[in-house]
Amino acid sequence: MSLRLDDVGVRYGGVDALRGVTLAVEPGHVLGLIGPNGAGKTTLVNAATGLAPLASGTIELDGRRIDGVPPHRIARAGIARTYQNIRLFGALDVRANLAAGAYAQPGRLGDAGAHVLLERAGIANADLRAKASALPYGDQRRLEIARALAAHPIVLMLDEPAAGMNPSETTRLVETIRAIAASGIAVLLIEHDMTLVRAACDSVVVLNLGEVIARGTPSEVGRDPVVVEAYLGSGAEALA
Amino acid sequence: MNSLLDFYAKHSHLIDQIGINAILALSLSVSLQAGQLALAQAAFMGIAAYVSAILATELNWPLVATVLVAMLASTLVAALLALPVRRLRGVFLAIATIGFGEIVRVFANNLKVTGGAEGLSKIPNDATTPVIYGALALVALTLFLLSRTKFALAVALVREDEHAARGVGVDVGLIRTLSLALGGAIAGLGGALFAHQSFYLTPGDFGFQTMERILVWCVVGGVTSPLGAILGSTLLSILPEAIRFLADYREVFNGIILLAVILFAPGGLSSLWRRGAVRVRS
Repeated sequence: MSLRLDDVGVRYGGVDALRGVTLAVEPGHVLGLIGPNGAGKTTLVNAATGLAPLASGTIELDGRRIDGVPPHRIARAGIARTYQNIRLFGALDVRANLAAGAYAQPGRLGDAGAHVLLERAGIANADLRAKASALPYGDQRRLEIARALAAHPIVLMLDEPAAGMNPSETTRLVETIRAIAASGIAVLLIEHDMTLVRAACDSVVVLNLGEVIARGTPSEVGRDPVVVEAYLGSGAEALA
Repeated sequence: MNSLLDFYAKHSHLIDQIGINAILALSLSVSLQAGQLALAQAAFMGIAAYVSAILATELNWPLVATVLVAMLASTLVAALLALPVRRLRGVFLAIATIGFGEIVRVFANNLKVTGGAEGLSKIPNDATTPVIYGALALVALTLFLLSRTKFALAVALVREDEHAARGVGVDVGLIRTLSLALGGAIAGLGGALFAHQSFYLTPGDFGFQTMERILVWCVVGGVTSPLGAILGSTLLSILPEAIRFLADYREVFNGIILLAVILFAPGGLSSLWRRGAVRVRS
């Protein structure tokens, strides 16, 4: 078991952003995390990466408690992430962004290593000297994935990686995510695009108002009436 | 050769001052590169200048020993200052560190050991031109070597996005503390050399005006470029002498230059250099 959240709760002021959330992400698997806006998906990622303090529960990475550990130590322990709103080091070039991802790794990231990362993220042709902020939007999302892979993570958390991508880019993204999981990395995928979730995920956890309301395979979850109600039928139909 | 020697004899004080100013500009550049608008360089400089001067005049210590102890003192003070200002950013950090500078100046103005408002005099004048430029070369070499390490990468990441920097494993608090301490050490070197080049010190040498001058050197040169810091400090050290004929209007001219750089080259003089290099390559 790579990452395990047990009865996790997060409170912002008087509001429960997460309540009693238990889930596990396993090596080689893609776990989808879905739910309507405000369900607590990004809060869960923030809790697992040390950015949101827990009000209750525990988080373990490979059997070691990481709740209460500072974010930079959690990153070094093996959790890498991308962000809902892209957070590249925009003024730096592609090479520096990849080197940033490998910051906690021993040694330096050479050009060959950088090209391997770009290839794994699906942007093999990106120029290492190009400014990150000058890349096309879809490439920026993929560069964020490459940066996360540079950390040799045990767990990779992708926060809406398909946001702003067109259907063909999304299809290619599925291949990228599956290949990452096949390399033994545990992947947690937050996504609104249900077609992507169905194609990329082995299992799905559904959050609503900070609580887990369903879990199972994408098609099981898509048939769950509670999920259909939470989504007002709109997205869940794509899972079924 | 003779004309060169004549030129040096006539301008040696200015030449030495340019070297010291470049060291001070580099010291601020180190914090600015980490995205910290920490304006306590004049205070670090003052602490080191007084420590160095007191050791030289009261205990007859040699220059190298006084400079090293002075640098240690300013480094420690900078590292300690980093703790309470750890959570401050931008203008709040600037104001807090300016406040610290004022505290140092007021102490220097009132302590017996610093000579109070009258300051300290009879400081050995042993910071010669080769010593000053040797120190500048050492600082530049150190910063160049550091620029090839992961520390420099971490500094750039903290400047660009602290949140994302944490996400890749950077201990942001440590990097901010180290960059402030490194800036304090370099400012201390500049301060100690200033003391041994000036014969005497007064608290006014390390007040807000000095800090403002150091900041302007960096802004004109380019806030995130060590080369820019040297360019800016050199240009603005020479400029008042070069436009001496403007008499009372010299400050106005200085202001116009600052305004022109901010408007037309917001990245400073070093950005013009970089833009030129890119054009030549393409």
